[in-house]
Formats: sequence, C-alpha cells, structure tokens
Amino acid sequence: MPIEERSRAVRLQGGLRRRRFLGLGGASAGLSLWLASTEQVGAAPQRHSAHAHELAFGTRGSVDHAANGFDPHAMLTDFDTGSVSRRGDGRRLREFTITAIDRAIEIAPGVAFEAWTYNGRVPGPTLRATEGDLVRIHFANAGSMPHTMHFHGIHHARMDGVPGAGEVMPGETFVYEFEAKPFGCHLYHCHSLPLKRHLHRGLYGVFIVDPDPARHPSHAAARSRLFGSPENAEWQEFVMVMNAFDTDFDEENEFYAVNTIPFAYMDKPIPVDRSRPVRVYLVNVTEFDPINSFHLHGNFFDYYDHGTTLEPTLRTVDTVMQCQAQRGILEFHFREHEPGLYMFHAHQSEFAELGWMSAFAVGDGTS
Amino acid sequence: MIRSLWAPAAGLLLTLALVGFFLVVRPLDRLTEGVPPREALVVEASRLRPDGIELVLRADGAAPVRIAQVQVDGAYWRFVQEPPGALARLGTVRLFLPYPWQQGATHHLRLVSATGATFDHTIEVAIATPPLTAATLGLYGLVGLAIGVVPVAIGLLGWPLLRRLSQDGLGFVLSLTLGLLAFLFLDTFAEALAAAARLPAALRGEAVVWLATLLVALALFASGRRGGTVPEAASLAFFVALGIGLHNLGEGLAVGAALATGEAALASFLVAGFTLHNVSEGLGIAAPLVRERPSFAFFSGLALLAGLPAIVGSWAGAFVATPLPVTLCFVAAAGAILQVMVELAAWLVRSETSTSGAGLRLAHLAGFALGLAVMYATGLWTAV
Repeated sequence: MPIEERSRAVRLQGGLRRRRFLGLGGASAGLSLWLASTEQVGAAPQRHSAHAHELAFGTRGSVDHAANGFDPHAMLTDFDTGSVSRRGDGRRLREFTITAIDRAIEIAPGVAFEAWTYNGRVPGPTLRATEGDLVRIHFANAGSMPHTMHFHGIHHARMDGVPGAGEVMPGETFVYEFEAKPFGCHLYHCHSLPLKRHLHRGLYGVFIVDPDPARHPSHAAARSRLFGSPENAEWQEFVMVMNAFDTDFDEENEFYAVNTIPFAYMDKPIPVDRSRPVRVYLVNVTEFDPINSFHLHGNFFDYYDHGTTLEPTLRTVDTVMQCQAQRGILEFHFREHEPGLYMFHAHQSEFAELGWMSAFAVGDGTS
Repeated sequence: MIRSLWAPAAGLLLTLALVGFFLVVRPLDRLTEGVPPREALVVEASRLRPDGIELVLRADGAAPVRIAQVQVDGAYWRFVQEPPGALARLGTVRLFLPYPWQQGATHHLRLVSATGATFDHTIEVAIATPPLTAATLGLYGLVGLAIGVVPVAIGLLGWPLLRRLSQDGLGFVLSLTLGLLAFLFLDTFAEALAAAARLPAALRGEAVVWLATLLVALALFASGRRGGTVPEAASLAFFVALGIGLHNLGEGLAVGAALATGEAALASFLVAGFTLHNVSEGLGIAAPLVRERPSFAFFSGLALLAGLPAIVGSWAGAFVATPLPVTLCFVAAAGAILQVMVELAAWLVRSETSTSGAGLRLAHLAGFALGLAVMYATGLWTAV
C-alpha cells in the first residue's frame, strides 16, 4: 500500500537523520527509529519545513512536570500507605490526609487545563492499605465547589461520600472511616453533582487493598501482593490510571493517556527488568467513552478483574477491556524475551493516537 | 480660523484621554472578570504537498491564540509553525504537518490551543496542490482562456447580426444585455459575500462588500462621466468589457481554486460549461456598438480586456487564493457591473425616448427577462 510505505518512509528518514538515539541495545529497530525521530523533534520543535519529514506522529514539545508538581513516571510507583498506628484493641489504623484543590495543570505539552485535584495531582495519590485495616481519611475541601471522596469498597451508607453523606462544602472538612475490604484494586472519586464534570475535572485516584496473607494461608499469591513483603519486593508494580481530558468541554475527549500525560511512556518508556515479574494496577476513569482497553505487545498476561481474587479471572490474554470505573490487576513477565521496546496501548486506535500509547523498555536490571 | 479650532481640538484631546483612561486604568475589567478571552482561528488556505499538509492560519479573536497541538484525522501529529509563538489579533502563521495524506480522501484537522480550545478544519477532498511549473501554468492558463477570451470573442462575432436589427430590435438587445449584467451582478455579489464569510470577523467582511461595491461603482461612474460626457456606444462598450473582465477575474479565481483544491470534479465539463455561459458576455459587449463601425483592433482590445483577466484569475486561484484577495476581486467586479448597468440603462432610456418617444415597452421587459434566463440556464453547468 502506497500510504503505508509513505508513512514508513517519513519515520525511517527521520530516524536516519537522528542526532540522539535511545540507549537501548537490541531494541526493536522500527520502534526505536520512531522514538529517535520524535525525541529530536522535541529538542528542536521550530525546525524549518525543509526538515519536516523528520517530524513524526505524537504531541509536540514536552510537559513541564516540575511545574505540574507530579511526574507520570514517579506516579507509577508512588504509593501512599498513610500513617499507621495500633488501636487499643490491637487493630491497625491507617490514616490519610487528602485536600481537594483547584489547580491549572499542563495536561499535554502547552495545553493548560483547569483541573480539580486531590492533593494537587491528577490522578490523586494512590492510597494503599491492607485488608482489615481501619481506614480513616481526613478530607479537606480547599476547592471552589462541593466535593466528596467516594470509595469503591465495602462501607456504610453514611461513609459513602455522596451528596447527603459526606459531601464537603468549600472550606470544610470531613473524616471518612471504614474497614479496608475487600482486597483488590479499587478507586475513589468525587461523587458531587454534576458527576461527570467532577470526575472529568480530575477528581479520582487509585485505592489498593492488599490481601492479608494470614487470612489466605493456602495462597502464596497473597504474600506477593502485600506491599513491603520480601515476596512483593520481587515484583515490579506499576499503577496505571487510564484517563482522558475534554479540553473544550464538548463531552468528547481531546487527550487520552495513562496517568494524565499523553505519550509520556512513549517518549520515555518505562524501564523493566526482564528477570522480575510485572504487576500492573489498571484503573479506567475515562469519561465520555464507555470503555477503554489495555493491549500488550509481544506478550500475554493473567488478569484479575477488580483484583478481588487470588486466582486469575482471565488467563493468557493480551488485551483486556474495562468499562468506566472497572479495574483489575495484570501479571506478566519478560523472562524469555529479548531486551527491547514492548509497546502497550489502548486497542481503540483512536485513543492510542490521541495519547494512550506507551512502551516498556525491557532490559537486564533496572536503570 | 484658529478660534474655531479650539472646540474640535478639545474634543480630540478628550477622546484620547478617555481611551487612555480605559486602556490604562481598566475600570471595567470587573464586568468580564473570570471570562476566558475569546479565541478564534481561521484556516485561510491549505496546501497538500508531497511531504505533508501546509496550513495558512489567521487569528480572529480578542485574545492571542497559541497553537499547542494538532490532530489530523483524530491523531496527534507534530508540526512546525512559522513564525513560532502566539498569533496576535489578525496575525497569520503557516503550519506544516508531515502527514501522509491520501489522494481523494477527506481529512479532518483539529487545532488545540494552549487553553484547550479546539478549531476544526476539513479538507473535503485531498488532491495534490499543483506545483508551480510551466506545464501546470499552461494548463491553468488554458482554463482561463477557455472561460474568458474565447467565449467573449465568440460573443463579439454576433455584432454583424446585431447591426441588422431595427431600432426596436436594438432596444430589445440592450435590455437583454441589461438582464445578463443583472444576473452577473447578483452572482458576483453573492460570491463576494460568500468569500467575505470566510474572512476574520474583525474585518467585517459583509460591510466591506456592500460599501466597497458602492464605492467602486461610484468611482467608475465619476470617471466615466469625467469632462461632462456621458458614456455611450464605444465608451459604454469599454465599460461593459471592463466590468465583465473584472467579473471574469473573479470567476477565474473561483474555478482555479476549485480545481486546485479538489472541490470540483470533471474539470473539462466545468470549463465547457463556463465557456457556454460566457458567450453571452461577448454579445453584451457588442450591443452598445451596433450603430458604430469599430476597428478590428478595438474589438480585439475589448475581447482581451474582458477575457484575459480570467487567465490571471485562474493562476491566482490555483496557487495563492486566500479569502481577502478573492473578496476584493469580486467586490471590484460587482461595483464595475453595477456602474455599467446604470449607464446602460440610462443610455437605453435616452435613446428610446429620443427616437420613438415611447419609453420602455414590453419588448424591453422581455429582453431583460431573456437575458436573465439565458444566464441562468447556461449557468446550470457551471456549478462547482
């Protein structure tokens, strides 16, 4: 097909004229050429059109993560385990402090978005507890609208974080309290009205409840899921929130991503040590589109829907789809793979080309 | 004299002071506090090059527009912008996207500004922008020739026939010419308004079209009656040819642009349609000359004046057409046709009252209606 040939020609020429090459020995040739060409564009975005064939697909320029106050790469492994104490009855109490803040963030290179955030970041902090913990959330609303924290978990109605039960007016506070259960990969989000707007503005985050190994003695998997355990340390765990932004407020997203910044893991792939297994906590909070998906290149994974089981709910798949607020855990490894770049992205190509496209840089040992 | 100036001078100073006060102190900003500035962007032209898509953009809002990202067919593509930076009000830039566009396909572009606002533009049918070579210039020149000089010259060949008409017949033919011109005027004016609609709102395209058309007509009217003479016969034919020439400049622009941007299909049929349509223009130019014996050179000059602009228009349309020159072209044509209609009608009335004293009759009305009908009917094949 002439079209495909032409598009490939654009990429290859860009690659051959590269100035910088990603330091990934043995990386898949086409992909690294693609990346090399895009890197170069980021370095010199105003080049004359005579060199325009060096340009490629993707967003132009780069996001100032420091100004945003959060970095999509740091977010992958940034777990907030709260402050832990023992109650008189011996039960573990885990406390978190969350503040809702209105804040403009750069959601794509050069594009400002008036976000509503938990603790200034989108997605909000990844809260991680252990099954059976008493969880206490000290929530303050420093924003301009009423907000809540509605957890997907098992709790009483008055702790539901909806209008009429735990909705917090601007300048006020509320304490949510519940037991961490069931174990799994969950989420929290604002449930104030209008719901769609409050979600889409950025009020969501991941809530992980690790299984308590003592309650699941026959499952070794429970130990590997428990944050901080030696078995868990073997794993490379990443939190990935599939989200999107409708910047012109027409209920159609302009940008799609994992952890907010489009193409962040394409421009700078996620390093993975091929000798250690990978676990992804995947959550879909995309608004306006009913489903989103995750597709892994050159590999298959086991999937635990909602993460509430210790046996996979889907075995050996390379694509999984999630409806809004659906989530799950993916487990896979690259032990028998050659080092290289392994892409992963939404298999709705529309989302992929609007930003939800990423890659693992698989190698020996993490850099 | 000096004494009479103090009041206007004070008024001027007061105006400046007031404008300065509003711009510096900005006492009314509270009224629009928190309102995001209105951004607007117009895609003035797009070119499909072998290596990608080039866009000419103009900012059209109160606030500067900074283009952050560009989607082509629902995918982000990197681009170069020249000059870089934000577009100030009415400022213009070029964007180049190395996008593998496809011949004959429709492409949707969405520009995302720094505030997240989006501006959509559709390339209805992608066809390669013609390269500026002798061969393409020749081809577009042929288009201009076929819709301009050729039909006008053919129309002028009707002159010997017109000469044999009686006074009544002449009145009929002049009325018919008036009908042709009326059709051309409406057509041209509508084209001017359509082109003006693509201009930035700040330029007030519609007002410009109305006023500039009137101004052009008045200027030509004054120039035609310079020295106390009233244009009739040969000089009237000259003005008819001028008006039609300007019209054909605009027509050439429209046809050239339509062919180059893929808005028109079957170029040969389209051009043949215009040839047919424009034959009656030559007849209109010949009509005021029926009582004269003009030289062959004069006829040739009229044919070139009325026809050659179509070639220039066709080239311009294919290679450089942006809404502003296109609008101005149609405005000049509409103004010129308006002037010549007035003069032609005046001449018709004068000659009728002086010869028969009967004034306007049914024959005139029939001629006028037939002129309109002929243009309408032959125009059916010229729809782009």
